[in-house]
Amino acid sequence: MPYDLPALCRQVRRDILTMTHAAGSGHPGGSLSAVEILVTLYFDQMRLDPARPEDPDRDRFLLSKGHAAPALYSVLARRGYFDPALLPTLRQLGSPLQGHPHREKLPGLDCSSGSLGQGLSIANGLALAARRTGRRYRTYCLLGDGEVQEGQIWEAAMTAAHFALDNVCAIVDDNGVQLDGPTRDIMGVEPLGAKFSAFGWAVLEVDGHSLSALQDAFRTAGATRGRPTVLLAHTVKGKGVSFMEGQAGWHGKAPNDAELAAALAELEKGGSHEA
Amino acid sequence: MKLEQVNQVPQRDGYGQGLLELCKTRQDVVVLDADVSASTRTNWVHDQYPDHFYNLGISEQDLVGTAAGLALGGQVPFVSTYGVFLSGRAFDQIRTTVCYNDLHVIFGGAHAGISVGPDGATHQALEDMALARVLPRMTVVAPCDSEETRKAVLAAADWPGPVYLRFGREAVPVITDAATPFTLGKARLVREGADCALFACGALVYEGLLAAEELAARGISLQVTDLHTIKPLDKDAVIEAARRCGAVVTAEEHQLAGGLFGAVSEVLARTCPMPVEAVAVQDTFGESGPPAALMAKYGLDHAAIVQAVLACLARKG
Repeated sequence: MPYDLPALCRQVRRDILTMTHAAGSGHPGGSLSAVEILVTLYFDQMRLDPARPEDPDRDRFLLSKGHAAPALYSVLARRGYFDPALLPTLRQLGSPLQGHPHREKLPGLDCSSGSLGQGLSIANGLALAARRTGRRYRTYCLLGDGEVQEGQIWEAAMTAAHFALDNVCAIVDDNGVQLDGPTRDIMGVEPLGAKFSAFGWAVLEVDGHSLSALQDAFRTAGATRGRPTVLLAHTVKGKGVSFMEGQAGWHGKAPNDAELAAALAELEKGGSHEA
Repeated sequence: MKLEQVNQVPQRDGYGQGLLELCKTRQDVVVLDADVSASTRTNWVHDQYPDHFYNLGISEQDLVGTAAGLALGGQVPFVSTYGVFLSGRAFDQIRTTVCYNDLHVIFGGAHAGISVGPDGATHQALEDMALARVLPRMTVVAPCDSEETRKAVLAAADWPGPVYLRFGREAVPVITDAATPFTLGKARLVREGADCALFACGALVYEGLLAAEELAARGISLQVTDLHTIKPLDKDAVIEAARRCGAVVTAEEHQLAGGLFGAVSEVLARTCPMPVEAVAVQDTFGESGPPAALMAKYGLDHAAIVQAVLACLARKG
């Protein structure tokens, strides 16, 4: 039975806001921008079975931008990996929902992350392991547009192309804003598409809030042979909450009571962003 | 064994030999290098088992991350490059991606110590054991010769979690053979003694044996222990030898801080405090020069061990 992806996106946004509000800290901006990407992957594209989180043939997902943990936790809970009742424990002492993902504490996490720039290398290693063992799983890796300032990303970009890892699909959550301000002002990363292309990647530009566009792009990536694919997903930081959208100030700040109420009311009214 | 006549082989040959043995029988073992495969001897794997070998180019951070992914995919990766770049350049990758995930990745830290020689301070790993030792879950091993390095490679393949294995570049005396017992985490008593206990690792085990002979001629009995596993430390063996002798000297081709001296001192301070002296690099960088001359200049030879033992015995009273 197909999932109601737009409804799931609304649910995940509500979760992100209520979780970070309850925690009193966290990263709502870069979590909200990644919602459609994660929902498309976990509810539509990836081969997985929440009852068997260690299945060696499952598709893998690496949250290289580990600070978007609230979005991933919500998606994993709603997908059935663990009880959504755990979500409000985010960042609390003893909670399996660490501030940044810790694989050993929560089912469904393929890797711990939080120190930026490292996920793509891990994705490549998983892809090489798939090739060595004859497994057909695909490996997805979500990067931030600020994160690609890390040099290791480009080491890994070389490696993926060098070994022709067409089972790797990177997604840049290109929301244009990093902690200290607009990415173009802090340390320009453009032209991202030309950079990845020059490194030997297939590049797909996509509206990162359009479920249908994301589905098409992931299908195209899956059919691409001989080289890795990157989706440059154009997104809006804080997407869905007008006072958070495009604001660096909401990179790492939780909403207070009034802000949460206003944000949830807006989500109720706004409905889906599906194109 | 006549100490003056022992055969000399680079430890890195033992690393390469161990890897070849593993690749012969285990499909899951993979070897990664960062463009120094002739130095680390992983080119032997490249030549004989190309399906087991990946050269990642000059990119230590990506090297470690790729190995982590291979481990997550069920492989057993050996990550090989100069220890100074591996432990330093890729420290955060080792910490957060490998150790925090508790992945079975083995780090082959080549060209350890000042005996790297002419390349100079940039290429001499003198802090690597300290960097590796502070990481939760990390096992740290510094074998004494090529044969023990070979055995350590085989043992590390079946040891849980991350392992940092350091070994030197130069030919050094081979003082163990195929029959010599080796168990990760277990100290190996090499020579019994009663006056002072020497705990050494790497090539300084041999220097310790030379020192023991010199001291014996002066009526001093030095016990020599090959403490190849710095973490987890064989505490029982350390405490037993220390209590038996009442004086302790450590010897390592590494900075004074954070390595073997630190590991032994931490145990003794909490169990049986006593005089402890250290043979180690004294909080300074190395320089270019012939390996043996550097070892002498920086106080890392048998003469330095003799002096340290005498100083320790003076404190013992």
